[in-house]
Amino acid sequence: MYPSFFLLLLLTIASLAYMQGKRRAFSLTGLAAGSSRLHSRPGYYGLLTALWCVLPPLLIFVFWLAISDSLLIAMAMKTLPTSLQNLSLDQTDLLVNNLRNLIAGHVAARDIDPVLEKAAEQYIGLQHISQMALGVVMLVTALFSTFSVYRRICPEMRARNHVERIVQISLVLCSTIAILTTIGIVLSVLFESIRFFQQVPLTDFLFGLKWSPQMAMRADQAGSSGSFGAIPVLAGTFMISGIALAVAVPIGLMSAIYLSEYASSRVRAWAKPIMEILAGVPTVVYGFFAALVVAPFIRESGELFALSVSSESALAAGLVMGVMIIPFVSSLSDDVINAVPQAMRDGSYALGATRSETILRVIVPAALPGIVGGVLLAASRAIGETMIVVMAAGLSANLTANPLQAVTTVTVQIVTLLVGDQEFDSPKTLVAFALGLLLFIITLILNVIALYVVRRYREEYE
Amino acid sequence: MESMSAVLKSGGALFSGAEGVIQAQVRQEDKTPREDRLTVGLPFVDDARMTCRGVSVFYGEKHAINNVSIDVGRNQVLAMIGPSGCGKSTFLRCLNRMNDTVEGCRVVGDIQLDNLNIYDRSVDVVPLRAQVGMVFQKPNPFPKSIYDNVAYGPKIHGLASSRAELDEVVESSLKKAGLWNEVSDRLDQPGTGLSGGQQQRLCIARAIAVRPEVILMDEPCSALDPIATATVEDLISELQEHYTIVIVTHNMQQAARVSQRTAYFHLGDLIEVGSTDRIFTNPRHRLTEDYITGRFG
Repeated sequence: MYPSFFLLLLLTIASLAYMQGKRRAFSLTGLAAGSSRLHSRPGYYGLLTALWCVLPPLLIFVFWLAISDSLLIAMAMKTLPTSLQNLSLDQTDLLVNNLRNLIAGHVAARDIDPVLEKAAEQYIGLQHISQMALGVVMLVTALFSTFSVYRRICPEMRARNHVERIVQISLVLCSTIAILTTIGIVLSVLFESIRFFQQVPLTDFLFGLKWSPQMAMRADQAGSSGSFGAIPVLAGTFMISGIALAVAVPIGLMSAIYLSEYASSRVRAWAKPIMEILAGVPTVVYGFFAALVVAPFIRESGELFALSVSSESALAAGLVMGVMIIPFVSSLSDDVINAVPQAMRDGSYALGATRSETILRVIVPAALPGIVGGVLLAASRAIGETMIVVMAAGLSANLTANPLQAVTTVTVQIVTLLVGDQEFDSPKTLVAFALGLLLFIITLILNVIALYVVRRYREEYE
Repeated sequence: MESMSAVLKSGGALFSGAEGVIQAQVRQEDKTPREDRLTVGLPFVDDARMTCRGVSVFYGEKHAINNVSIDVGRNQVLAMIGPSGCGKSTFLRCLNRMNDTVEGCRVVGDIQLDNLNIYDRSVDVVPLRAQVGMVFQKPNPFPKSIYDNVAYGPKIHGLASSRAELDEVVESSLKKAGLWNEVSDRLDQPGTGLSGGQQQRLCIARAIAVRPEVILMDEPCSALDPIATATVEDLISELQEHYTIVIVTHNMQQAARVSQRTAYFHLGDLIEVGSTDRIFTNPRHRLTEDYITGRFG
């Protein structure tokens, strides 16, 4: 018996339960039943029956998924000879791993321990039995709970309230998942960062001007002991994001104003989707565009002015990134500008204001919160962007204010630190988490500042 | 009405009968001969601020206003009444070219403000709208402070050269709109925080602040409660001394209270114009009479 089969069976029973519950509700009311009236519409009785048919077995299934593996492993380990059962924790872990490999069929090249083989067979046998048992238990539960609800259907039963309660609980669960995930990510980054700061002082990280995360692997190896100053990396991030925003905000805002205030509806219908396609281009495509077209172009133009431009420059990455985030600014701003009521425009025009005066003094202030929201979204995209920087701005952590030189960003460094085989007790790896935390905190502060600015200067229309 | 009640009494074929009556009425209206749609009464006055001759408005293919000729007297209140969709608001919006902002709207004919055709190629719409101000159906203060709402117009037209002068314009406008006493201590509060009636008076103050000659009001009281309506009506009577006012209203008592002349519109035609007293006591056209006696509309 397979889980998918059970699921199908369960759904079939559920749809039958729905129809039966509805039919029973119908049969209780109507002309034949005289004056008795249903509390809820018949569909709710069907829905309640179906939900009770599906939910308890699903809960059992989830519970089984959560505990079955460790339970079965424990049972399989019990079959091993006593000499193998009283090992130290590490050795037991190793044994369990070997057992798992056997079960999964990943037979190592080494000879197989017949004792372990037996345990594995035991595990597989138990798994079969437990799956069968699970199926039967689920089926019985489904039938039992369906039937008990079905029996209880009567005109006074508040089926709608029950169903709404269940729906409400599931809504709460869904929103909890997002919140818990966020908390989980923050906590895991936080704990790894704390491990990093136990090895490297916080001040060295925050105020250090040198970024060179190389560690000597062995005592005799000729390598630096690593310096983890985050300033050069942060400076690179902000320079590139700044260039990107300097490109995207004016262009995006102006195109939004053109689209919403000046363009005819036909132009708008064409232009807006095309601009939004920009947001759908994979960043790696932007990346090679930046590296192969824009960067050489900037280098050659720089040579005309006798400027030395490195072939990987912050300017190239920033410009291309700016183009990438234009749609975030333009599309969101366009939406909020359109949402400003026509009455505001009429009021301004009726006072003899020109179109530009109306836009600058009435519409943009009224749309400011949305515009700032769009810029923030664009900024967080720019700060988090990796691919374009890897390809166009290089990896060298220069602390420079010159956009014509190669720089690197926080995200790029995180990638290079964590790619490949890593040991998770070295500062070289752990610093990635510290960088992640730093980036998180900085974007959070930016958001808070922007929220404050919006609240201070917003003009709220009705 | 009598035939309706007869049908109601007959009971049996109630719904089909009633429908039949209404349909018959509609058909009868549509059959009103063209010559019956010619304006009766006195559309022209000696001392006219605005004169409109043969004005027609088209929305795309739709003929919204048909050949309307009327004068707006100096320092008078002209009320425009008529059933919904009869074109009175559309006509009002022609008077300061607000219809320019509507896509597909076309105005033909001749509308003159102080003997200058406002649809002439040489006329710029921006100063025109400063001369002919407008107040809308729903109060639409800008989401700015009360002060900035009133100062907006004077600022963009450069009517005040200094902050003190601007303060003065704001104060006098708010006083003229009868709002000064209520808001003088909170000019920096947002205009959207005022009550509906106060908002509408703020919009009137905003319109006055650019020193218009004519003020157009498009159902200025339809979103207000009776007390606020009474305040705005008093204000209109006061403003009449200095300004020429054209007001569109659904409320016939309001038209009777505030206006000297009344124009009755019907399905895009100007049916009857005359002094308000005469229109409400002795309408000459059958459609006007039907409307003001409440037979339809």
